[in-house]
Formats: sequence, structure tokens, C-alpha cells
Amino acid sequence: MFPDWIIDVLFWVAVVFLVGVYVSWRATRLDRLHVRVETARAALDAALVRRAAVALELAASRLLDPATSLVLATAAHEARTADADNREFAESDLSRALRAVVDQPDFAATLLASVSQQDDRGEGRAVLEELGAAAAKVVYARSFYNDAVAAARIARRKLLIRVLPLAGKAPLPGFFEIDDDPPRW
Amino acid sequence: MRVGIVCPYTWNVPGGVQQHIRDLAEALTGVGHQVSVITPADDDAELPPYVVSAGRAVPVPYNGSVARLAFGFLSAARVKRWINEGAFDVLHVHEPAAPSLGLLACWAADGPIVGTFHASYEKSRVVSVTAPILMSALEKITGRIAVSEAARTTLVEHLGGDAVLIPNGVATERYAMADPLPGWPGEPVGRGEGGALGFLGRMDEPRKGLQVLLRAFDVLGRRRPGLRLLLAGPGDADEVVARVAPELRDRVVVLGMVSEEDKVRAYHSVDVFVAPNLGGESFGIVLAEAMSAGAPILASDIEAFDRVLLGGRAGALFPVGDHQALAAAAEELLDDPARRKQLSTEARTAVRAYDWSAVARDVLRVYETVAPDGAGVVVSGRGA
Repeated sequence: MFPDWIIDVLFWVAVVFLVGVYVSWRATRLDRLHVRVETARAALDAALVRRAAVALELAASRLLDPATSLVLATAAHEARTADADNREFAESDLSRALRAVVDQPDFAATLLASVSQQDDRGEGRAVLEELGAAAAKVVYARSFYNDAVAAARIARRKLLIRVLPLAGKAPLPGFFEIDDDPPRW
Repeated sequence: MRVGIVCPYTWNVPGGVQQHIRDLAEALTGVGHQVSVITPADDDAELPPYVVSAGRAVPVPYNGSVARLAFGFLSAARVKRWINEGAFDVLHVHEPAAPSLGLLACWAADGPIVGTFHASYEKSRVVSVTAPILMSALEKITGRIAVSEAARTTLVEHLGGDAVLIPNGVATERYAMADPLPGWPGEPVGRGEGGALGFLGRMDEPRKGLQVLLRAFDVLGRRRPGLRLLLAGPGDADEVVARVAPELRDRVVVLGMVSEEDKVRAYHSVDVFVAPNLGGESFGIVLAEAMSAGAPILASDIEAFDRVLLGGRAGALFPVGDHQALAAAAEELLDDPARRKQLSTEARTAVRAYDWSAVARDVLRVYETVAPDGAGVVVSGRGA
């Protein structure tokens, strides 16, 4: 009762509609991955800034000897002021400086013992705990960021995404590779 | 922090994931956070105040064992409502790759989502086939945690990316002290006789390795008069007893499913606690509980156990699946009280690294990393 061409037209309209829905879904997914990369990057930056701040706090706390304070303060300052090209090296250096400082014989014991000797009760313990938390969060934040980057890069390699400009002008995100092994005591 | 935790398996059925979630929820509540858990549960199950039921789960074969999972439109709607009403700062989904509430929660939510991966298995075709289906939901997870190196390897091989390692915790003090069950482990007797071996785990689950222990008991029970076997865990007791030679049956006691309290007492009731698992174990919560109770342990040398037992320092190891080796090692331990005492002490020390207070602290750091600004979790505008 319908002419054949109407069936044909309806069929193609349906095909175009379904393709449109699919492409839009893929675009949404890609967009979400990009948002995840940005969020993770912000969290990573926050974690790195926090770690440098705690390192500076420790350096300025008068709990350490002046030489150790200087090592820490320098590394933290370098990490904070490094430009994009040198960021990863500077942050790795801060990790190494922190480990070297904490690995000193009796370091943790001395800091924890500062409770009884000084008026600022428990400062050593508090700053040590903060350092532990800050260093652990750098490890977590970096893992989550790299994980997000990996997912986004895989999505960007897909044929559909390369053929259609679904990624827009978003740059291909890069991994953040540093030595973030935390100090242990 | 307001934390929403999603449990994929039925709450009132004992299991590693459920126990993990219970202890995590209680440790987080203990340090002042608000926790809500959504889980499949039987209709008549008694639930703690922080637990919300998503309805009954259906037993289906999944990943080599029968799992009770919740899926379907009704479960999805309940998860959505729970997310909406909870106004969580962070959503913590457990075993998100299982076709249950976790996957539904990833589907339904936008915002900071932490996923904890528990299971470990060899690279399997089935999971590789399902990976693309899972991908769009799992992509939403902003922070991934693996409970063991094995679980992390499984995750990386099947889904790519990476995860941070936060091992399971144990409420060590809950297991430290208990009276043995009446009549156990029995009075010390001379060399070459007596003694009590223990096993805890699903009796009808081949991967838990009960059959290896039963074969070893068949060997050792004949040559060692008075040796007894204490078995606890879900499964058909009659069926297990039927697998023991008739002349040895009166020396096997099957407790079946036990209460938490009796479980702790059971750990204190044996001379040697045996963990004969064949694999698929990512950490061995049962092993860590036995360690907290100070039980001398004899375990198969699968990777996860080797690591937890510090390569044999905190518990003896035998080649996986080898019932003759199990029998020989058990006999040696039963005849050497000094060695058992030493293993017990080492185990209690080694297990401290896995205490829940340490785990909860690390998990909180993950929450704070993925949800720094308190944007919170919202119901997704559209599907995954």
C-alpha cells in the first residue's frame, strides 16, 4: 500500500538516525574522558603542591639540622618553580631529597621524640604524618592521572575518532612520569 | 566525608568482598565519616544501620564459581535512587567488573568514583570478550585500587590502565583472643599421634582446595592415631563427610557455616590451620584472620600466600595441590610445638601491616585525591 520508495526513504532515515545516535554517544564518551584527564591533572597538581608545601614546612620547623633543612627547602623550591619541561625532573628530585632526609638514622624517632623536648607539642609527629599523607597522595594522584591519560589515548586512536573531528581541539594528553616512591619510616 | 559504598555480592553470605566492605565501612565510621552501603540482601536478612538493601540476588555461574549477583532494571532503579538520595562526596564501587550493583552504579553515576578490584584470575577469553562491554562504564572510575598484586595484574591484562595497591585489611584485634571450642584442640600427646587440623572456607568450591586436604587426611589419618580434622564454611556437610573413608569419619567434625564468634573460636581450636587453596585467591582474608588469631599456618605456595606469609617465615608452605607434601608438612608441624609457637608469633607480627586502621587511612587518602573540591556524586544525565 506504500510505494516502495517510501519504505526505502524510511529505512535510510532510520539508518542515519542510528548512526547519529552512535556518533553522539562516542563523542560524549570521549568528552567525558577528556574531562576526567583534566580533573585528574588538577588533582595531581594539587597533590604535588601540597607535598612541596609540607616539605617546606618541615624545612622551616626547626626540628631539623640546618643542612637538612637547606636540602629540603631547595628541592621543594625547585619543584615549585620548575617550568613545564623540567617539572618531572624537579619533582623526582624532591622525592629523592625526601627519601634521603627521612632515611637518616633515627630520623623518625628523633622527630617523634620532639614532643617531650619542645613547647610545640607533637609538632614532629604531626608534620611527619602530613608528609606521609602528602607523599602517598602524589603516588595515588599520578596513578589516577596516567590511568585517565591511557584511557583517553586509546579512545583517540579509534578509527571513528580519527576520521571524524570528535576530539575537537583538545590536545593529546601526555603521561606524567616521575620517581614518586614515598619516604618510609 | 559522605561515602557511598557499593557491594556486588549478597550481604548475608560470607565472603571476602563483603567482609572487606563491612570492615572498611566500620573503620571509616570510626574516624567520623558518614558511610552508606548498598548491597544485594535476602529479604529477611538483618542489616546494620548503614546498609541499604537493593533486593535479592540471583545465583548465577560467573568466573568459575557460582556468585549471587543483582542485576536488571529494578536493581538499576534502586541504585539510582540511592545515589540521588545519598548526596555522596565519593562513590566507592567494589568489583566494578562483576555484572552486579557495582557496574550498575558506574553506569548511573557521574563524579568522583573509586573502584576496588578484588578478583584475580588467569587471562581468560571470557573476560576479554566482555571487556569492551564493560569499558564505557569502567571509564568513569576516577581512582582504581587493587587489593593485591595479582588483582592488579588481572586488571591491567584485561582492562588496561593501572591501579594503586592497597591490600586488604584485617580487624586483627577481633581475632586475637578467644576460647577454643569445647574439646579442641585436645590434650598434647606423644610424637606421632593426635593433633587437630583446621580448614575454613567454601567446602563446595574446588578452588578452596578442601579436596587436597581431605586426601592428605586420608593418608595422615591412617598413620597418625587420634588426628582430627575441623572443617568450617558454607557447603553440604553430609556430602563432605561422605568423601572421607568410613573408618576415619568419626575424626572429622564439620561445623558448616559458623557465626563470626565461632569462627574466631575455630581458629583457636586447631594445632595447624591449613589453607590448601589452588589459586584464584588474591589475598586470602581467611589466612590473615588465622594469622591474627596466632594459629600456626600451613598453606599452599600460591603467590598471594607466599607474600602474606613472608616466603614461609610466618607460616609453612607446601607445593600447591600436592596432598602428600601437605601430609608430610602437617606431620612435621604437629610433632614440633616449638616451631608452631614460633610460626604463631611471627604470624601475629606479620599481620599487623594489614590492620584495618592502616588500610582505611590509605583509602581515605584516595578519596581525598579524587574528590578534593567536594563537587560530589550525581546521577548521570544519560546512560553510560
